[in-house]
Amino acid sequence: MHLSIALVLSALLFAAGIYGVLARRNAVAVLMAVELMLNAANLDLVAFDAWFKDQLHAGQTFALFVVVIAAAEVGVGLAIVLSLFRLRDSVALDDATDLADRDPVRRPVEPAR
Amino acid sequence: MTHWAWLLPALPAFAAVVGLFAWRVIPGGPAVPAIGGTAAAVVVAIAVLADAESNPLHATSSTTSWTPTGGVALHVGTRVDGLAAVIALMVAVVALAVQVYSTAYMAGDPRYASYAAEISLFTAAMMLVVVASDLFELLIGWEVMGLCSYLLVGHYWQTEGARGAAVKALITTRIGDTAFIFGIFALGVGAGSFDIARVTAAAPTLPHATVVAGALLLLGGVVGKSAQFPLHVWLPDAMAGPTPVSALIHAATMVAAGIYVVARVYPVYLAAPVALTVLGVIACITMLGAALAALAEDDLKRVLAWSTVSQLAYMAAGLAVRGWSAGIWHLLTHAAFKALLFLAAGSVLRALGTNNMSEMGGLWRRMPVTFATALVGAGALAGVPPFAGAFSKDAVLDAAREHGGGLGHAVYAVGLVTVFVTGAYVTRLIVRTFLGDYRGDASVRLHESPWVMTAPLVVLGVFAILLGAPVLPSSYGVARWLGRPAGTLALHVGAIDVVIAMLISFAAIALVGWLWSRRPAADPIDVLGRFATPLRRAFFVDELYDVAVVRPVGVLARAALGVDRRGIDATAVGSGRAAVLLGVGLRRLQTGNVQTYLSALVAGMLIVVVSVSVAVAT
Repeated sequence: MHLSIALVLSALLFAAGIYGVLARRNAVAVLMAVELMLNAANLDLVAFDAWFKDQLHAGQTFALFVVVIAAAEVGVGLAIVLSLFRLRDSVALDDATDLADRDPVRRPVEPAR
Repeated sequence: MTHWAWLLPALPAFAAVVGLFAWRVIPGGPAVPAIGGTAAAVVVAIAVLADAESNPLHATSSTTSWTPTGGVALHVGTRVDGLAAVIALMVAVVALAVQVYSTAYMAGDPRYASYAAEISLFTAAMMLVVVASDLFELLIGWEVMGLCSYLLVGHYWQTEGARGAAVKALITTRIGDTAFIFGIFALGVGAGSFDIARVTAAAPTLPHATVVAGALLLLGGVVGKSAQFPLHVWLPDAMAGPTPVSALIHAATMVAAGIYVVARVYPVYLAAPVALTVLGVIACITMLGAALAALAEDDLKRVLAWSTVSQLAYMAAGLAVRGWSAGIWHLLTHAAFKALLFLAAGSVLRALGTNNMSEMGGLWRRMPVTFATALVGAGALAGVPPFAGAFSKDAVLDAAREHGGGLGHAVYAVGLVTVFVTGAYVTRLIVRTFLGDYRGDASVRLHESPWVMTAPLVVLGVFAILLGAPVLPSSYGVARWLGRPAGTLALHVGAIDVVIAMLISFAAIALVGWLWSRRPAADPIDVLGRFATPLRRAFFVDELYDVAVVRPVGVLARAALGVDRRGIDATAVGSGRAAVLLGVGLRRLQTGNVQTYLSALVAGMLIVVVSVSVAVAT
């Protein structure tokens, strides 16, 4: 199997991931798109590992690491999405714009306890 | 004992620090350190004088090197000769009299503590000027004196007049001081040392231009400090300060410091006769002009201020015609009798609450001690023998005659005319203040001042008589103490000068007395009619300065302010506003939508990757 097939597939996967991250409103869908991008990278790693016939199989090892990190990242990401949902009954990213630079709202400063 | 001369400035300075910061914890209050420090200075000054008296020309120096400058070395130390010792004692005695007097005069003043401390600091600064061995050391004392003068003139800072007078005094003397410091540079760099002894020793061998420049520039500071024409305008206004301050600073000591500095570096002036001629011309103008201004002034203290300007010109004239001893002797007698007159004026002011002679008259009945002592001072000022001022002034005139030439004759002639004017204004002062009938507010209860105020008057009165005595007829005790530099005229009082000056003075006294006896209620100056107006306005010098200097400077200042506001400030404020506007624009990008940020990130990365790829490919 030629290397370019794997690379093209990987690029398509990555592009789909980017599209999902930039365009989807649903936070869960965005997390899934991130997984797509990670797996595109995994595909590259494994493909190059096989192509170069690496004795140490460093590519495969890295792919394993990425899978583990992706799992951890999804755990954290889903926890954030969950608390976001609890907070505002919605996981739409368009609504979560609390970090926007708006004119400061003057609230009375609460005394420190 | 002269090795302890550093105590002369150190003790009053210590008293000033203690009096300013610790007077609350001292039993007896701020007067204790003030009087204690000054009295200690008197004791040291007597000891120093006793030591210096045995050999007046021998100067004792003790110096220690100061911080290294990389240029001409600076030293700090004391240099005591007969002149310094005598002046130091004079300063200490007058300062003590004023401090004692002030305890009663300033009683109840809420700022007495700082007032007494400032007088102590002034005394220290004046002592530093007197004993300094280095020109820069002298300059430090000189400037601190100016600062104390500013603070004390502005003691009643809640009044507009006092604030204006303080600023005027500071700025006017500052003009002269700028020249003064450059004079020090010229002499010090020329001689390779700022040490007074070395500068005076090197003066005859220096290039003529250096000596003349140095002497003339120093003269600028002297003219400012000693209130000589054309920088005399600050002294009459400085009378806005408390009267004891006028007595100490603006009659006896600080204004005499200018004369003292000329005497101290006199060999420099001997090497630059041009500077002496300039000094003589200035002195002639000031002498007569100030005396005429005093003739028409109604404010008692301002009469004395103009008289001080005039008498300082006598000292300057004495120095200008090489009558070194005569000038210094007149400085000493003037310090005694003018401080006396000012303190007497303060006693009157305290009793009446006014300075205007038109509201006085007949005070001799109620204030006999003040009257008697003022009469002694007035006699000395007018030149009535045997009071001190008569002979010292005659010595100046004698020196002028002996010096001869155009300058000598000019000084002699102007001096004699001024004797007449002086006799006239002194007589007017006495008859308007003490004789005749009381013209003022009838509700004022006239009374003699307490003994704390009259005692200094009596002491100074004794000095005003005694300081003239050693000259009778030929012992020249003062001259023996002073020791004079080579090339100056010996102290000499010719009988002919005494008689001529006395006759002129008596003629003036008789004339004013006759005018007064004709119309006792009227001001004797009124006989001049319209011609008195220029005298009252002091020949419009203030008005001239207002038009020629003050207003152009005001216009310049407003123009500078406009440039500052519309040019420099506008640039700074404008750049600030531009930054704010930029910020307002940029914050619109901050939408809070993370996907927008990421889109920008990806777009940017694409641009980088594509451009790098293109660059690598080509």
